Formats: sequence, structure tokens, C-alpha cells
Amino acid sequence: MLVDKIMSALIIVAVAIAVIALVAILADTVIQGLPVINVDFLKNIPGPVTVPDRGIGPDIVGTFTMVGLATLMSVPIGVGAGVFFSEWPESRLSFISSFTNDVLAEFPSMVIGIFVWVTLVISMKTFSGLAGAVALGIIMIPIIARTTEESLKIVPRTLREASIALGVSRWKTVVRIVMSTGKAGLATGILLAIARAAGETAPLLVTALGNSFFAKSIFEPTAAIPLFVFDYAISPYAIWHSYAWGAALVLIAIMLALNLVVRLVIKRNVTTRAEI
Amino acid sequence: MRRRLGGDSFLRVTLAAAAVAILILMLALAGVLISKSTLSISKFGISFLWGSIWNANTEIFGALPFIFGTMYTSALALLFGLPISLGVAIFITEKAHNFPRIGNLIGTLVELLAAVPSVIYGLWALFVLSPFVKNYIEIPLHNSLGFIPLFAGTPFGLDFLNAGLILAIMIIPTVSAITRDILNAVPNSQREAMYAIGATHWEVIWKSVLPYARSGIFGATILGLGRAVGETMAVTMVVGNQIKISPSLFSGGYTLASLLANQVFEASGKLFISSIIEICLVLFLLAFVINVIARFLIWRMTKGVHFRG
Repeated sequence: MLVDKIMSALIIVAVAIAVIALVAILADTVIQGLPVINVDFLKNIPGPVTVPDRGIGPDIVGTFTMVGLATLMSVPIGVGAGVFFSEWPESRLSFISSFTNDVLAEFPSMVIGIFVWVTLVISMKTFSGLAGAVALGIIMIPIIARTTEESLKIVPRTLREASIALGVSRWKTVVRIVMSTGKAGLATGILLAIARAAGETAPLLVTALGNSFFAKSIFEPTAAIPLFVFDYAISPYAIWHSYAWGAALVLIAIMLALNLVVRLVIKRNVTTRAEI
Repeated sequence: MRRRLGGDSFLRVTLAAAAVAILILMLALAGVLISKSTLSISKFGISFLWGSIWNANTEIFGALPFIFGTMYTSALALLFGLPISLGVAIFITEKAHNFPRIGNLIGTLVELLAAVPSVIYGLWALFVLSPFVKNYIEIPLHNSLGFIPLFAGTPFGLDFLNAGLILAIMIIPTVSAITRDILNAVPNSQREAMYAIGATHWEVIWKSVLPYARSGIFGATILGLGRAVGETMAVTMVVGNQIKISPSLFSGGYTLASLLANQVFEASGKLFISSIIEICLVLFLLAFVINVIARFLIWRMTKGVHFRG
């Protein structure tokens, strides 16, 4: 009986540690970061070392640009592959590609960054927002493909069968019926991939490099919020550390917004149930 | 009635193209990793894996300090992270089983841990966790037990211990989520049988649920290990970045991933770059093998099981 009580207490301690860690991280980010946030911070450029009023304007623009570009590149491939895995699972291509996709998902993001560095950066002879976007896109593809496949697999088989029985062509069945039913899952997968890409730092270190100014094209080094957090956190100036916290808070806010949208999307679809 | 099948094959071909694109991407990745590291492989051979010198000037490269660092920090991550993850999973599936709202709340909070970007973990570890651990844990331990190699060396806060601790927190969401599924897959009959012979709740957990779920939990642990091995940013910010092999918790170190993050810019000269790529290959193979083992263990436990409500 005593052992039972002790173990119950230890289990509660474990849960407490996990929850406290989360709360501490979020609270510290808010406490340290909030004093730094103002309109200037959000739109200024960092500028030279001596300038006091630094901002993350270029980083916000850079993150949005690169993540947006990465999404444009990865959604067609990810969704396309996911639909293929789900609707034609008997195909050998489907099996091989699905397995490859799982392997791709487990690639350390740093290695993907180095891959893009070796191919794009060295051949273009410059760090660029484009390289950063490509690296992010490669990271996003497996996430989107997996969630797409799983969302479509949940659609009841009877829906497809009923559609074919009524004479609807296969392609219309897949696009108009199956994908339409699974669209909440699809959207969730894409949003989760976007959230992941927005927070990635390692691959951007060696592709986009970061920039203290607004990049004029995607062929230049580009700033990104997580890069800013890293650079300023490891800097020797205490005041730059508080800028890092401020940027971290902005990043957390973006993550939170994305996760909220995900929950709204899911909630909206829980009410539309297939009756079969 | 003959239907035109043009639309069907068009869709299938288009979607197949996307699947092929993934294959091409993988081939490109593997191809570049292998071809660019052949220079380094031919120069150092297999002894690259146990070479302990990494010197850009003399152009001698060896991966041992980094493999050691990765293994050490990942082992610490499992040591601290596994009990907590297990505790969380047991809490949600066993203790809070009759209180689903509490279970869901804790589950959601732990999942939120997974949404925090790695660089923010690093930021927090650098400015909050590391000073705390240094002042309240490392320095007292060093002062009292500093003769033990484990606690030798003046603690500066940026060391294996702190890297292991932040990694432990980072793997909690993964390991606990999978362990939850594993524990839910244990048939109720196991628990009922134990209760029938008068076991306490903990005896039920310890003597029948956990042993039944053993290989699945092992698989979840290995998956967490895979995460820890590939983690770059948070580790880079607190591991100290010293090329050293030392058993001390308070020693600065280097992992495979943080080597890649730090040294890419110093990389000049074909051999240096080739060695960097070979490190990528080592890291990828490590992560790959770990994940394959993990998936197999988890699959073996959960195939064909009806999940408990």
C-alpha cells in the first residue's frame, strides 16, 4: 500500500515537471520579451552594431517570404503524393515512395540544410532566400504527405464505392468526394507543416544566412525570425539578449496563431460527420 | 456505356509524378551525401569514426568527439526524459482514466511542448535553465564530489549536463504520446485479472501493464533517442562547443549536429567540406537506423490491437 502511494506521488511529480517546464518556457518568453515589443521593433531594421533601436522587420518579412515560397513548392508534391498513397495503395510505386517519405521525415533538418548548401548555395555562389525556401520545402513535404494520406484513409470506403456505383469517374470521386471530405485533415497537415517551417533555424543557418536589412530579392541572404533569435542570443551584448527574447515572443505568437487556426479548422469539421 | 478514361489516367499520372518527385528528392539527397563524402572516406577510411582529432589547419578530421558528444547527451536525455514521459503517460492512461477532461488537459499541455521551436528551447536553456543548474546543482556537486570523474572540472554551465537536460524536455512530448498509445493498447483483461487477485493499482501497472507494453515502450524510447540525436539548435546553444571527450557532466562538448551548425562557415578546402558531408552521412545513418528499430518495435506491439477506450 505504501509503495502504491509513493509511486502515485512520483507520477504526479513527473507530470508536474513536464507542465512546469512548459509554463516556465512560455512565461519566461513573455516576461522577458514583452518589454521589448513595440511598433518600432516590429518594423525596424537591426542596423549597425552601434544603433540602439533594433527591429525585426526584415526577419518578419523574410520568414513570411521563405515559408510562403516553401509552402507553394511543397503543397503540390506533398498533397499529390499523399492522395496517391491513399487512393492507389496497391501500386508498387506507392509502397516504395511512402516508405521513402517516412525516411525523409526523419532526416535531421541540419542535414537537409547542408544538402541545399552543397547544391544551391555553392552553385549559385550566394546564400539566398530561395535556398532557404527550398530547404524548408523539403522539410515540409513529408509532413504534408503523411497527414494527407492519413486524413484521406479515414474517409469511409463506402463513400467511394457509392460514388463509383453512381457512375462518377474515378478522378471525380477522388477530387470531389474523397478530398472534399478529408479537407479539414488536409488543411491541418499543411498548417502544421507551415508551423514547423516557421520555427526551423538549423537549415536556414546555412542557406539563407540571415540579413540585417530587407532583402531586395530572393537571391540574396534573407533574414528570418528564428535566425534572429539565435544570432542575438549567442551575442555578447546583454541588451541584444533581450531583443532575442522579443523575437522569440513574436515567434511563439505566430506559432500560437497557427495552432489556433488548426483547432478552429478541426472543430468546424467535427460537426460534419459521414452518416455511413 | 463507355466512359472516357482520360481524366482518370491524367489524375493518376499527375499524382504518381508527385510520388516520383519524392523518390527523386531522396535519391538526390543520398547521392549528394555519398558522392561528396567519398574524398574524405578515401582519405581516412573507417578510422574516421574513431579519429579524435578535428583540426582544419592540419587537415586531419575524425568524428569520435562528436559521436561521443551525441551519444552522451542523448543518453542523458533518455535518463531524465524517460521517467518523466512514462509518468505522464501512466498518469493520463491509468490515473486519469476515469477523468477524461483532466487527462485531455494534461495531454494537450504536453503536446504544446512539441510546438515550441527548438531555438526557443535553446534560448530558455541558455538564459534560465543553465544558470539555475550551474548554481544550484553543478557547483554544489562539484564542491562536494568533485573527485569523482563524473563531477570533475569547474562547471561553467555550458556542458553535457545542460544539453542533456534540455534534450530530455524536448523528447517528452514524443515519448509520452507514443507510450500513451502503447498503454492504451494493453488489453483490459490484463488489468482485470490483476485486480481480481487483489493487486493495488501500482501493482497492476508495474506487474502486468508495463511488462506487457515493454517492447512498445522500448520502441517509444528509441524514437525519442532518434529525436535527440538529430537535434541541433537547442544543443548548440548550451553544449559548450568544445572538441573534447570527457566523462564529466560539467565538461563542454560537441555533438554531430552542432558541429554541422558551427563549422559549415569555417569549411574551406575540399577535404574539410568532404569531412563535413561525411559527418552528415554518419548523422543520417544514425538517425535512420534508430528510427527503423523504433518503428519495428512499436509496430510489433500495436498491430491488430483493439484500442482500449
